[in-house]
Amino acid sequence: MSEANQTINTSSVSDTTAAIRQLQLGVSAKPRTLLGDAWRRFRRHTLAMVGTGILIFLTLAVTVGAWWYERYLVDQLAQSGIPVTAENPDIRVLIDHLDFLALLSPPTHVHPFGTDDLGRDLLARCIYGGRISLAVGFVAMLIAISLGTIIGAAAGFFGGMVDQVLMRLTDLFLSLPSVPLILLTVYLFREPVIQAIGSPEAGIFVIVVTVIGALAWMQTARVVRATFLSLKEKEFVEAARCLGISQTAIMFRHILPNAISPIIVAATLEIGSAIIAESTLSFLGVGFPPDTPTWGRLVTDGSQYLQAAPWLALIPGALIFLTVLSINFMGDGLRDALDPRSRL
Amino acid sequence: MDACLFSAMLCRAPTSGAGIAIQCMAGVTVFSIIREVMQQTNARNALYARSFGRFLNVSERIDTTMRSMRNVWRKSGALALLLILIVPVLAACGGQPAAAPTTAPAAQPTVAPTTPPAAQPTVAPTEAPAAQPTVAPTTPPVAQRGGRLKILYWQAVTTLNPHLATGTKDFDGATVILEPLARYNEKDELVPFLAAEIPTIENGGVAPDGTSVTWKLKPGLKWSDGSDFTVDDIIFTWQYCADPATACTTKAVFDPIEKVEKVDDTTVKIIWKEPNANPYISFVGPNGMILQKKQFEKCIGAAASTDAACQAANLAPIGTNAWKLKEFKPGDVVIYERNPFFRDADNVFFDEVEIKGGGDAASAARAVCEKEEVDFAWNLQVPKAVLEPILATGKCDPIAGGSSGVERIVVNFSNPDPALGDKRSEPDQPHPFLTDPAVRKAISLAIDRKAIAEQLYGPTGQPTCNVLVAPAAVNSPNLTCERDVEAAKKLLEDAGWKLKGSVREKEIGGKTVKLVVSFQTSINPLRQSTQAIIKSNLAEIGIQVNVKAIDASVFFSGDPGNPDTLNKFYADLQMYTNGPNNADPQQYLQGWICEERASAANQWKRSNDGRYCNPEYDKLFEQLKKELDPKKRAELAIKMNDLLVTDGAVIPLINRQTPNAKVKALKGPTFNTFDSDIWNIASWSK
Repeated sequence: MSEANQTINTSSVSDTTAAIRQLQLGVSAKPRTLLGDAWRRFRRHTLAMVGTGILIFLTLAVTVGAWWYERYLVDQLAQSGIPVTAENPDIRVLIDHLDFLALLSPPTHVHPFGTDDLGRDLLARCIYGGRISLAVGFVAMLIAISLGTIIGAAAGFFGGMVDQVLMRLTDLFLSLPSVPLILLTVYLFREPVIQAIGSPEAGIFVIVVTVIGALAWMQTARVVRATFLSLKEKEFVEAARCLGISQTAIMFRHILPNAISPIIVAATLEIGSAIIAESTLSFLGVGFPPDTPTWGRLVTDGSQYLQAAPWLALIPGALIFLTVLSINFMGDGLRDALDPRSRL
Repeated sequence: MDACLFSAMLCRAPTSGAGIAIQCMAGVTVFSIIREVMQQTNARNALYARSFGRFLNVSERIDTTMRSMRNVWRKSGALALLLILIVPVLAACGGQPAAAPTTAPAAQPTVAPTTPPAAQPTVAPTEAPAAQPTVAPTTPPVAQRGGRLKILYWQAVTTLNPHLATGTKDFDGATVILEPLARYNEKDELVPFLAAEIPTIENGGVAPDGTSVTWKLKPGLKWSDGSDFTVDDIIFTWQYCADPATACTTKAVFDPIEKVEKVDDTTVKIIWKEPNANPYISFVGPNGMILQKKQFEKCIGAAASTDAACQAANLAPIGTNAWKLKEFKPGDVVIYERNPFFRDADNVFFDEVEIKGGGDAASAARAVCEKEEVDFAWNLQVPKAVLEPILATGKCDPIAGGSSGVERIVVNFSNPDPALGDKRSEPDQPHPFLTDPAVRKAISLAIDRKAIAEQLYGPTGQPTCNVLVAPAAVNSPNLTCERDVEAAKKLLEDAGWKLKGSVREKEIGGKTVKLVVSFQTSINPLRQSTQAIIKSNLAEIGIQVNVKAIDASVFFSGDPGNPDTLNKFYADLQMYTNGPNNADPQQYLQGWICEERASAANQWKRSNDGRYCNPEYDKLFEQLKKELDPKKRAELAIKMNDLLVTDGAVIPLINRQTPNAKVKALKGPTFNTFDSDIWNIASWSK
């Protein structure tokens, strides 16, 4: 009896203290933040949450999952298949392992995604390819976003000649047909870059990522410029200027945080388009070396077997589709979440 | 606004504002769809015109690969959308009686113009609407002469001068225009073409001591420009290629000639430098096609490929065969039209011939066997898992037999290290590790030919240990090439290549050399799969393979300006198919003598692309040149084959019997071991 009273008393006491604190501060006990609000709104966006979930799952699958799958596959192959001879095989060895006992096999417990014409395990190849495709997407996005933000910020903030020159440059890049240009660039610079870097795979990664990133910054630049143009006339910028804050600081510490939402949205969309661009390059045979199974390359190789073994093209195709779709949903959700006008 | 007018016209009297709005929307959408489809088609065609070099090839590849799917989708998609959009238009018209009849004609013309250019961009302007060709074959009337023979090569023709050709596609492209004195048929027998008969010892044409051969020509031969075909043209063709500066790729067949003499207007005598066992080496088969003196007179020497007029001539030679050139886009398409001066013009069935290049082997097979878009597709080198279901459609006949060459790995004896700059892959730069016979033999021992043959080639190839397999008399019975991984490892171990991690290495001259090889071939799923098997095989013995795949139209182009050709061979190993092109193997075996080594000095046009040089082999070759007795020649040829293989100069993999395919209605194509697959094209009919 007395215990129950005790509890009631304590809770009412803590309630009272919270209420008093609120009265003293004039704000709620748990202050709302910009990011907190965004997260709250983001959580309500079901599709965006699903997209984020899928993306996290895929990222985990190609990193942590690979580690687990390596052992599973080696075990399975030892039981029913041609065993792997190498010691401590990693995923790089497994993607080239030929299992002649399961050629063009549909998904089974040994090969959950099936095998190709040489008995190579499709899931292992999808995992390895996923690493490359996702890495290409993220790195190309970083390049595109950095370039776009810097150029857009400079054009919007300084205006005048700088703006003119930078925007005409943007127009120029926008008018270039990107796929032929990428093909040409990769063709011309592939060898020198591979030599400079040493490994064909790393060399091609660098050039593919650079080329894709360097041809995708224009939209971001335009958006950032527009945001800067409107923000630089705002009172807080004037105030900062009056206080004698340097231009760089105004640009990057005062205006940029306010322009972050369109940039984040552009960034998510950019990942999707970079993955698609890489797939296109691999499909055309100018991307990674033919034995590197990126998702795009897997679709190319599998497209030969659409009749005999449709899963060879459909599964990696579905992975590209799923990734890009998830990223786009996430971008959609972020756009809604970060929009200050919809703040509740 | 046009769109609104269009919609308004569709149902004459729109009743309400809403009706107009709906129509307008529908109309605009229909128009934009049509415009987009047309723009896509135009853009693609424009792209062809503007593109250059590799990009052209790439875009073509995509084009042909996806054409089928895209067309179907585009057609059906456009139709479906049109239907969906026309329904509201009709609905808005409120079921007026006039609606139905007026819609039908309006809808048709909008669909029709968009489809034919999409289906056959190059054919469209000269041909009837797309609907007709697909209907025609289903109602076979009396065989009607004329029409266009459509041939698909997944490697595009790049030159029509066979003596500067680098791949089968160039020889075949020239075959439609030019002719030699005689050609081989499917039974490896000679058939006279420009010649009246095949010279033999019996009919006195061939000198018994092997010093000369005398050919009699058919009377009254004419070039396609109407001028007379004379013995001088034959003499000229020899002079043209005899000059080393011309850099004929066919030079080997002219080398034995001392002199070509005119006996009378229709008789020509070839005198050999030394007694020649193969009197049919020159002016026979794909390497012997005769050029017109008038056209190429000024093109002897370096001018052949540098002079503008000669370059133009290389792309448009005047010939004697059933067709002459109508249009040629190098790297894309060749269109030929009737040659009215052809000796047998009345019996030529087709008005025009088109050889379209690009795409890949599987889509070529589908184009014949599933869609029947083309009549004949060449070289269906595709994995058996792909080929078998395509052939099973029953709409086409595969044409296979003989030997279409040996798929082999060529070993680079020169150093392709990019650090060497201009000296890269030059014969005087020895390869750091492939010059070690142990490495070459270990590679050969480690490769699982049986798996490659069974898993990938199926009925289209058998494993072979020989680089010379046809004719049967010279197919060496001496060699075995069973896979032996342990022996391969031991060979490397004994030669001082020690395993470190997963790759073997050895200290040579103070530098650590690692067994990391680059392995290139053309883009072809079958070859990429072969690369994967070999990569895995070699990994087992501690050799790391970096594979590289090059667009076939670049790899086989022989273009001296392109680094990725098989002739330059900027890699350690490369894989492709080759074989003798006449029943006598001498010319083929010439491809490994020191003198034939490809280098910048000869514009990379000589046939010894591995830069192999072995005095012992050269000595055997000299003997072969002198030997007249067919039996002893065969023995020598076998000996040379054995030397090449045991020395690891070349690693034979598969004896290929690659099928071509033709639509059922096409009559005439045969397989051919030593000549072009379209050797008898003038007699084809449908």
